[in-house]
Amino acid sequence: MDDLKKTPLFQTHLDLGGKMVDFGGWALPVQYSSIIEEHKAVRERCGLFDVSHMGELDVRGKDAFAYLQKLCTNDLTTMTPGRCRYSMLCNERGGVVDDVLVYKHNDEHYLVVVNAGNADKDYAWFKEHLFGDVRLENQSPQWAQLALQGPLFMQVLEAAGFEGEIPAKNYTFTPSMKVAGIECLVSRTGYTGEDGVELYCAAADAPALHKALMAAGTPLGMLPCALGARDSLRFEASMPLYGHEMTDEITPMETNIGFAVKMQKEDFIGKAALEAPAKRRRIGLKLVDRGIVREHYDVYCNGKLVGFTTSGVPVPTLEGSHAMALVDVACAEAQDFEIEVRGKKLKAIQVPLPFYKRA
Amino acid sequence: MIPNDRKYTNNDEWLLEENGQIKIGITDYAQHELGDIVFVDLPGIGDSFNAGDDFAVVESVKAAAEIYTQVTGKVVAVNEALNDQPDLLNQDAFNNYLAIFEGTIDGEVMDADAYAAKIAK
Repeated sequence: MDDLKKTPLFQTHLDLGGKMVDFGGWALPVQYSSIIEEHKAVRERCGLFDVSHMGELDVRGKDAFAYLQKLCTNDLTTMTPGRCRYSMLCNERGGVVDDVLVYKHNDEHYLVVVNAGNADKDYAWFKEHLFGDVRLENQSPQWAQLALQGPLFMQVLEAAGFEGEIPAKNYTFTPSMKVAGIECLVSRTGYTGEDGVELYCAAADAPALHKALMAAGTPLGMLPCALGARDSLRFEASMPLYGHEMTDEITPMETNIGFAVKMQKEDFIGKAALEAPAKRRRIGLKLVDRGIVREHYDVYCNGKLVGFTTSGVPVPTLEGSHAMALVDVACAEAQDFEIEVRGKKLKAIQVPLPFYKRA
Repeated sequence: MIPNDRKYTNNDEWLLEENGQIKIGITDYAQHELGDIVFVDLPGIGDSFNAGDDFAVVESVKAAAEIYTQVTGKVVAVNEALNDQPDLLNQDAFNNYLAIFEGTIDGEVMDADAYAAKIAK
């Protein structure tokens, strides 16, 4: 663990009995109790995640809006202060550099939250494309981030106590409020498919905030949840994960997240490349034969190799083994497929995405 | 507690000789390392193996682990309960075998004390 990066909650993870792993250079737990129990806790009650490894880039200046409009595929024009917007950053080929959440403080001040594994790459990309009156600051080391997700999240917050308004609408945020007496930025966002919030606080405050939320949530059946459950939850909700459903070789259209790409925008990096029709599409598959499908297995249709699985996680709350796959657009409407699992071709059928949607 | 009545392998399997047959399973340490076990792929009855061959697969949420036999022989029974309840291996690894072999232990095995020392490292 010595040469790995540590979040401010490293000791908390050890104290909670977290099974620590190397997650892209970060020392983080893959589970505390059981991935399945943690997954179920989020779906049925509540879960608390350390996501402090995410990166935070602060963008300020008179040209902040124009600058972000150039880098982001989504249109930030209609954002009012206190809104968050999901977007991709594309390269000139239309491939994805990262998927990000843009938080708007005001017309001249934004916070961009990026994937942990891409933080350095994204910061370099942002610097490379800097123009005009824009000041960029990599604030990642200053921020800790917790995710509180599940149907009981408001009850947990009420038990912990807060001053200010918990954002009421999805994809909005309160820039400054107190939760358990601790100064936080709170957004109504998440990566589990359940309702909930993400709380950003000063790194030094993270252990106290985590402890307060644990004290408030444990009597309600909340569990601390780790990377394994984070992956199984987002997979069940069919949310794309960078490095799997999106890479610098896969376009957002292929990933089927065109809602975050606004082609009517005058210009953004990658727009020209995205004019061409998509050659592949992300679909959902479910095994008919017995087995477990995971990522990077070959997918066949009518005997022909047509693509590969991008993610496959056995989720016991989903009956059967599911996978997301990227396949040739020609067979994107097909019903019957085969997936090669450890040398054997297993029968699978296409199923609609998302696999799970909360009621 | 590592049961004394059986032998162990470097890959965290146990071998228990009973009535001229050899039961093979995974240890409690193995199930703990794997995490929630969600699927077990058992061999067919009558399948033959050489010591050192993989004969089954145990899959957890995060990983698939090949299970090896140190018996040269054939499978005479499998633990069918694991098909519907793979988590039995998490609940009680030492009392849920994967398969029963008839043959000879030709491969590398160690006793309980040696195994306890190995996993203590």
